[in-house]
This record gives sequence, C-alpha cells and structure tokens, in this order.
Amino acid sequence: MHFFMLKFFSAAFGLLLQEATSAPMHTAWEKAQNPDLSRFLVIGALLFIIGVAGVLTRRNIIVIFMSIELILNAANLNFIALSRYLQETGNVNAVAGQIFAVFVIVVAAAEAAIGLGIVIALYRNKETIWVDEIDILKW
Amino acid sequence: MYRYIWLVPLLPLAGAAINGLLGRKLRFSEKLVSSIAVGSIALAFLITLAAVYSYTFSSNAIWPQAYVTSQDGTFSFTWIPGGAVRLTQGSHERLSIKLQEEAARKRAALPPQQREQPVLVGGGEEQRSSVLNVEWSYQLDALSSIFMLVVTGVGLCIFVFATGYMHGDPGFYRFFAYMGLFMFSMLVLVMGSNFLMMFVGWEGVGLCSYLLIGYYFDRQEAANASRKAFITNRIGDFGFALAIFGVIATFGTTQYGDVFAQASGYPLEPLGQWGLLSWIALGLFIGACGKSAQLPLHVWLPDAMAGPTPVSALIHAATMVTAGLYMVTRTNVIFQHSQTMMMVVALVGAATALFAATIGITQNDIKKVLAYSTVSQLGFMFMACGVGAFAIGIFHVMTHAFFKALMFLGAGSVIHGMHHEQDMRRMGGLRKYMPYTYLTFLAGWLAICGIIPFSGFWSKDEILWNAAATRYIPVGWIVWIVGTIAATCTAFYMTRLVAMTFWGKEKFLDAPHDHTPEHEVHDHDHETPTHHTHIPHESPASMWVPLAVLAVLATVGGFVGISSAFTGGQHVGGRMNIVNFLDPIIWNPTTRFFGTHHVVDSYGKQPEFKEAHVELSVLTTEPLHVELPPPPYGQEGFNLAHMVESAVHSEALTEWVFIIISLLVAGLGITLGWLFYVKNPRLPDIWASRLRPLYQASYNKYWVDEFFGWAITRRTMDAARAVFAFDSKVVDGAVNGSAWLTKLASRITGGVDQYFVDGLVNAVAAFVVRLMSPLFRAAQTGFAQNYALVMVFGLVAAVALFFGADILKAVQSIFAIGF
Repeated sequence: MHFFMLKFFSAAFGLLLQEATSAPMHTAWEKAQNPDLSRFLVIGALLFIIGVAGVLTRRNIIVIFMSIELILNAANLNFIALSRYLQETGNVNAVAGQIFAVFVIVVAAAEAAIGLGIVIALYRNKETIWVDEIDILKW
Repeated sequence: MYRYIWLVPLLPLAGAAINGLLGRKLRFSEKLVSSIAVGSIALAFLITLAAVYSYTFSSNAIWPQAYVTSQDGTFSFTWIPGGAVRLTQGSHERLSIKLQEEAARKRAALPPQQREQPVLVGGGEEQRSSVLNVEWSYQLDALSSIFMLVVTGVGLCIFVFATGYMHGDPGFYRFFAYMGLFMFSMLVLVMGSNFLMMFVGWEGVGLCSYLLIGYYFDRQEAANASRKAFITNRIGDFGFALAIFGVIATFGTTQYGDVFAQASGYPLEPLGQWGLLSWIALGLFIGACGKSAQLPLHVWLPDAMAGPTPVSALIHAATMVTAGLYMVTRTNVIFQHSQTMMMVVALVGAATALFAATIGITQNDIKKVLAYSTVSQLGFMFMACGVGAFAIGIFHVMTHAFFKALMFLGAGSVIHGMHHEQDMRRMGGLRKYMPYTYLTFLAGWLAICGIIPFSGFWSKDEILWNAAATRYIPVGWIVWIVGTIAATCTAFYMTRLVAMTFWGKEKFLDAPHDHTPEHEVHDHDHETPTHHTHIPHESPASMWVPLAVLAVLATVGGFVGISSAFTGGQHVGGRMNIVNFLDPIIWNPTTRFFGTHHVVDSYGKQPEFKEAHVELSVLTTEPLHVELPPPPYGQEGFNLAHMVESAVHSEALTEWVFIIISLLVAGLGITLGWLFYVKNPRLPDIWASRLRPLYQASYNKYWVDEFFGWAITRRTMDAARAVFAFDSKVVDGAVNGSAWLTKLASRITGGVDQYFVDGLVNAVAAFVVRLMSPLFRAAQTGFAQNYALVMVFGLVAAVALFFGADILKAVQSIFAIGF
C-alpha cells in the first residue's frame, strides 16, 4: 500500500517535473509567467485532499472550519483557472467562473459566521469544541 | 260477391272490439251493445249468403271449381314469409351440404336482384326444395260455404236470443264481446285456406270457449269447468299441432290445395298399415277428439254447461264442437288414405254415440241431458265420416246445428221462464205456460228422434244406412248396430226430457224453489208478482222469434239431403242437394280424384249430375246400374247392406229396409219414453232399482271423471307432491348444506388466518427487524466526522463511477511510462 502510494505521488510529481526538465531554460520563465492549466488543477486537487484530510482527522472544530475553507478555496482556484483558460483559448466572455468564485467567498463568509456562532453556542452548553465529544447529532 | 268474404270474419271482430274495448268505458246501453253485435253478425250473414249464392248458384257461378280463395284478391298477404324447407319424400334428413353448395352456385349464377330468392335444388323426386309460405287468405268452397252459413245464420239467431236472455246482466257488453270474438275465430277456422289459419281459429275458439264457460267467473263451478275445457282441449291441440308439423315436413306447405294435390299421389294404406298419412291422420283425429268431445276427451263438454245457455247453444252445440268434423272432412284425403284411421274414426264415433246416449237417459239437469245428447250426436257425425260418408257427416252437422241450437235455446227459454231452475224434476206441465217454447221444442224433439220428415231423420238415417252399406271399413255392421241402439236411446231420453219438462204435473208448484245465490244476478229483471210465486212465464219476443226460425229450419232443413231412396235412387236437386254440393271436396280413393263425377259414389251407385241445366227439380231418370267397383282398399268384410240385398233381391228395397228400421227404433224410443214418463210414472223408479248397477253407472257418467281424477289428476298431484318434497328436501337441503359448509369453511379459514398467517407475519417481521436493527443502529453514531467520512466515501464512489475508466487509463499510462 505504501509502495503503491509512493509510486502514485512520485508519478504525479514526475509529470510536473517532466515539463520543467524537458523545456529549454529560456522558455521556463515564460512558463512561470503564464503557467499551464494542469498545474493549477493539480494544486487545486492537492488543496482539496488536504482539506478533506483535515476535516476527517482533526478533533478541534476550529481547525475543521479552516479545512473546509481549504476545500472551498480549492474549488475557487479551479473556477478561476478554468475561466482564464477559456479566455485565453478565445472565449473572452467566459467570466462565469470568476463570478462564481466571488459567490463562493460570500457564502463561505456567511457560513463561517453561522458556524462560529454555533460553535460558541455549543461551547457554552457543552464546554468543549472537540468533535469526538459531541455525539448529540444522533438524537 | 265472394271477393268480399274477407269482411265476414272481420265484421264480428270489429263488433267485438267496439263492444269489448269501449263498452265499459263509454257505458254502452244494452240496446247499443246488442245492435252492434247483432248488426255485425247480420251483415256478415248477408255477405255470406250473397257470396255463396254468387259462388254456387248465380248465372256466372264458378262452381264446382274446388277452391276459390282470395289469394289473388284484395285481402291476402303472406302471413309467414318463407324460408327454405326440406321437402321429404322418403328419408327425413336435412338439406345436405352438397345441396347447400348447389344452391349457392345457382344463386351466384342469377342476376343480382334475384339472388335473395330461393332456388330449387336437387334433381329427382327424392331431393326437392320448396318454400314454406303461409298465406293469410280465405277460401270459399262447398265445405266452408256450409260452415259459414251455419255459423253466421245460426249464430245470428242465437245472438238475437242472447239479447233477451242476457238482459240485465252486468257483463252484457263483455258477453257480446266474447261472442263476437268467438264468431271471428270460428269463421277464420272454417274460411282459412291453410292448416295454420285453421289452427289459429282452432285456438281462438278454444280461448273464447274458455272465456264464455267461465263467464260467471265468480262461481267456482264455472271457473273449474272453464279450466277443465281448456286443459282437455290442449291435449287434442297437441295432436293437431303434431299433425300440422307432419304436414309441413311431408308436403312442405300448409295450403290445402297443394297439400291435398300432393297427398292424392300417395299410396293407400290398408288396414293395419301405419304409413306417414296414417300418423298425420291420427294426430288430426286426436285434435278432433278434443274439440268435438269424443271419447275419451268428452269430459269437458257436459261441464261446459256452466256457461250461459246461449253459449251452450252456439259454441257447445252448433258450431265450435263441430270444428272437429270440419277438420276431418277438410282433410278427408288424408283420412281416406288410411283405412285404419277410418275405422278408428268410425268406432270412436259409434262408441261415443252410445256411451253419451246412455248417460243422457239418467241425467236430471236439462242442460246436462242436452250436453250428453250433443256428445252423442257428434259421435254420429264421426261415425258418418269413418264409414266414408263425409258429406252426410256435414249434413248432420247442419241439421244438428238447427235442432240442437233450437233445443238449447228452448232450454234457455225454459230456464229463463223458470227463474233459473235447471232441474227437470221440478218442472212439468210447462206447455200451458210457455206455448211458443213448447211448440218449437217439439220440432227439435221430433227432429232429433228421427221422425220423418223432420231434419234429423234425413241425416241420421243416412248415417245409419251408410254405416250398413259402407265398403270403406269391414266393421260397418258393428257401427250400424251401435248406432241404432244409440238412436233408440236418443229417442228415449229426448222423450223423457220433453215429458218431464212440458208434460204432466206442474211439480214446481209444490216443490220449494231452490233459490241459489249464483242465480241472483239474473233475477232482478223480473220484478213481477210471478217471481215470488214461481209461476213460469213465456219469454219475450227476442227469445221466441229465433226459436221459431230455428224450428222452421229444424223441420224442413233436412230436405237438402233427402235420401236417395225417396227419389229413385239418386241425389236429386243438383247443387241444392248437399251430397252433390259437397261432392267437389270429397276425395275418391278409387279414382284418386276429388268428387264422384267420374265413376261411382261411396256405396257403388252411379250419381247423376245435371247441375248445369236443372236445379231444384226432381229428376225422374232411371238410375244407371253399373257393376260394383272393387272396394277402395282392396278388401271387404261383412257388409250388412249386401246381406239384406241378397235377401230382398232389390237394391231400392234394401235402403227402404234400413229406413224402416231407423223409423221403428225412433218410434220404439218415443213409445218407451211415453210409457215411462207419461203413462206410468212409477216405471222409471222400478226399472232403476231393478237395473241398479246399470242405472248407477249411467247416473254417475260411468265414473269417467272419477277415473280421470284418480288416474290423471291424483297422479299429477302425487308427482307434484313428490317434486315438491324433492325440492324442499334435496334441492333446499343442498342449498342449506352448502351454506353450512361455507360457514364451516369460513370458520376454519378465519382460524388459520388469525393464528397461522398473522402469526407467521408477526414472527417473520419481528425476526427481520431484530436481525437488521443493530446494523442501522450502529450507523447512527452522532459524530459529525463519521457522517463526513460517509460523504467522502460517497464522493469517491461517485468519482469512481463516473471517472473510473479515465483514472484507470491515466494510471495505466503512468505505469506504461514506467519509472
């Protein structure tokens, strides 16, 4: 299992490095200035996985909130990247992804406000913000 | 005029319809009802007279053409339109498939507008197809002429009489509606030109007879009598209907002319041979027995006297009961084909004549005596038909209609005058009180006794002579002996009736009047002092005038059939002689033609016909003496006339011997009656006690009713009781048992349902729930991260589902690159 995961991740990094190593040096700067779409998508996927892992593994409810923010921002990154990608490939009116990113930020702010309010209410009643001590959802 | 004969049945029907439908609602007066009824009958009688005259005697007469029908005339329509009927000559199988195919082929070859018509299929005699078309058409010929004249003529007299007799009856209009309906049915019966029309009339008169016998329906006796008449007639109608089916199956038509023309070609069936025509004749004769009250179906007629007396005169003496005679004479072709059936007819007639005459001797009810007399006289008529003298049978129908209608009406007058007293033992000496009735009754009495020259003598003497001389059946001598004894009895009981009623002591003066409640209905119209002292009175003119007319007819009516012995051995008078008149409709088995023009009459004499030139005149030519032809059926038994002839050595004298015997027995009967009931009134009691068993048998009508009651009614009741018991025990038991079984089964299934099925359901459900609940309970941890984990699993599953293939490909490409 570990061997398999090692293989997978090294292959994913290999794909990233393949571009960098096989390209000539003078185009590397241009590449950095105008990076390829797949890099953004890979970074978005990594952010998403890190967020999910945080939600599933951390006990502090504040950290879980922060992990949810990571997941949302992974989605925002994908929106922006794909919007830019579409604009560069000729569709100058493809701004829906960027507008959606703004919406997501607004919703995340509202969610954070409500969520932190719930956390405060929870703490006042239970005296804890550790999720493994809160099992009242089953009632 | 015969073009208008369709009016003859229609007029009485119209009168009956007006009286019956409107009489009650519009409260017709008795005068109006009787004018409508009598007027319609009188008009019908006039049309009949004119039609018969123009058919028979007028200068442009078409006689002796056998059949004049109005088929081509104004009043004729196809009553039952035809379909294909299989004509069977021998085998009776249905139209075969082959013939149906042939018919279809022939139809296809026809032009389109004719394809609906039937086509003739089959080749030879064996396979012919015909069409059964039943016409509603009237027929005027010699036979129907006589019956039309008798029905409308005698009917007119009786209608007039009835207007007096029924005076004051609350059902006056109803009575005349029924009577008119009866006249219609009877005229359809005798005027129809095919068997089905005869059957319609036959059933119609049966219905009217039922209605009129039960006219006083509030009297149990009348209601019972009407039912008895109806049911007894049904037995006869059953035979008649079978015979009609036989006719249709055999000849493919019901039209008289077609049937008889075909039947003429069939072979004769000598004694003991039961061919097709014998069976048809048997069915017809059963029908005739029922309607004409022959043994053993005679039981209804005496009971039918429960009806009003004009009904007894019209229906149960003059017309309806002679329908059997009409039918036998009409179908004489069929009967003459079967010697067996001729013998059956003659013997049944003779037996009935004697049987009923002996009963008539001891009855005390005046109408009962006349009823048994009617049965007896009908027996005489059948006797005549059975020995081959159909014309004489019809002659006796006519004379009997005159004198028996007269005597019934006379009895009605007596009953009316005696305030509805019918028992002769309370009468006597009425000649002083009712002179007209007495005088007219005397004519009827002398006629039925057979005293020359009254009408009954001519017909009865001819019957007996024909029975003695017949060559149709070998037992003519038995018929003659029985008939002669019956004639003696007839003279005796009629003299007894006259003596007890009109002669002797006035017994009603000392006898208490039997004022039975059922007669109240008729008594309220005689609110005179005589009513309370019960002194008889003469009837009104509307009653004795018809009596007088009938008395004249009963006196002179016999001359139309004057015996050939009186006129030089010939039937003189041309068409005015009833034997010549009826000749065209009587089939001759020797020549196989209708009529005896060609060779000889039934007892070997050459008839003389001068009808075209001489009418109503006595011929004086010498009779032609010819060799006797062979007997019709090729065999001859003992012949009384031949024996006498060989003794007296003279043909003319032979008939005179029988005439003198017939007169002697009539005189003997009258003398005995006079001795018993006038000279020495104690004699009847002495002889009754001396011949006690015979007297009892006769008085109790030979216990026929009791026998039928025991043999048929009781058995029917027993069968009904058995069927009822079966019904209540077995059928009801089965139904109740099935209900009990259903209840039991429902209880069992209910138990099974409650304890087994429900238990099973409960057990299984509980088991499953108990089994599964930890699993579902375990899923509900309440920890948010657990739920999130499940969401992630769902996400991974969704991704694997939608992008699994792509991921796999990507992984493969990564490994393909290799490290």
